[in-house]
Amino acid sequence: MKNEWPLWEVFIRSKSGLSHKHVGSLHATDAEMALENARDLYTRRNEGVSLWVVESKHITASDPDDSDPLFEPAKDKIYRHPTFYDVPDDVTHM
Amino acid sequence: MTSLNLEALFQSKIDEETKIEPKDWMPDAYRKTLIRQISQHAHSEIVGMLPEGNWITRAPSLRRKLILLAKVQDEAGHGLYLYSAAETLGANRDDLVQQLLTGKAKYSSIFNYPTLNWADIGAIGWLVDGAAIMNQVMLTRTSYGPYARAMVRICKEESFHQRQGYEIMIAMAKGSPEQKAMAQDALNRWWWPSLMMFGPKDAESSHSDQALKWKIKRKTNDELRQQFVDVTIPQAEYLGLTVPDPDLRWNEEKGSYDFGEIDWEEFWSVVKGNGPCNKQRLQARNKAYDDGAWVREAASAHAAKKEQRKLEPQLETKAA
Repeated sequence: MKNEWPLWEVFIRSKSGLSHKHVGSLHATDAEMALENARDLYTRRNEGVSLWVVESKHITASDPDDSDPLFEPAKDKIYRHPTFYDVPDDVTHM
Repeated sequence: MTSLNLEALFQSKIDEETKIEPKDWMPDAYRKTLIRQISQHAHSEIVGMLPEGNWITRAPSLRRKLILLAKVQDEAGHGLYLYSAAETLGANRDDLVQQLLTGKAKYSSIFNYPTLNWADIGAIGWLVDGAAIMNQVMLTRTSYGPYARAMVRICKEESFHQRQGYEIMIAMAKGSPEQKAMAQDALNRWWWPSLMMFGPKDAESSHSDQALKWKIKRKTNDELRQQFVDVTIPQAEYLGLTVPDPDLRWNEEKGSYDFGEIDWEEFWSVVKGNGPCNKQRLQARNKAYDDGAWVREAASAHAAKKEQRKLEPQLETKAA
């Protein structure tokens, strides 16, 4: 469709102290309309205290087909986890 | 709303444990205090890479080397989380970095002490990270949302840092007499600077009251220091090592340890720039920044070139 309004991604902070979380998307002519539509579409039941809208084209996503090589470097680094280390049970607060 | 009402509203949010988020109204002093504290915290993570980085090439085994690399890499990451939390308050990254490089901003004084031998890597993980964790666990409940969230992430990742340090201490303390002597020597040198990490005594801490009222901090310097001593002494005993404090003794009545007086003259001297490594640390940071200039320039030039290439086909169509 030629004149379709741009797509916007919607993020909601469910309460102060928590990060915004992606909830979905919508179409709107501009940022202001996107915020209003997001309010009507995604927060009809007090889902949050703050909204972010970002035009979808501004999001660069990693390629799912590349996820293996992309995240592979972290897989064999078990020493990044606390359980890798031997600390005797009778030593506390560690 | 008048600013008086705004401040009352702000304080009531703090009192009822509602987190403050970037777009919420906040007193200027709250914003400034947080920018100062978070950026100092970030600088500490960045400068903190230097004493440990000193031993990466000389780690005693590949296992220890991989671990130390991973730990130093984490510190860099923690610095970046914190700089970005400071930016949510309107601070500018370049300004913050410049403040560190010019010596205008402070960072934790502990990193102005030298790492003389491998046992120091164990002592740093055990004591310095142990003290930092005590402070950071408290900060996961700080009143400013982005700072609290950065702290949750950091504490999660930090949990291996202390354990790897203690593991080194166990290996050395249960090793040869020479190794045990090295472990004791490292403890002797790092004990007091670690206690200094909690800052001046409550009576002399200028920002403390307001920071508690705003719940930026939730415990005083002295409370955290006491807590650290209480959990660390049994860990030293397990190692068969003794902390260099003749006044240390268990106080049955208060259910915690009494300990000796910190050398506050040394504390202030290091804060003011006269520690063993202050100059060396700043020089190293400045050198890294200057040596990296060409990388930053090349990355910008490459991005500009890619942008130009994207435009070129359009220019050609127009010309036709």
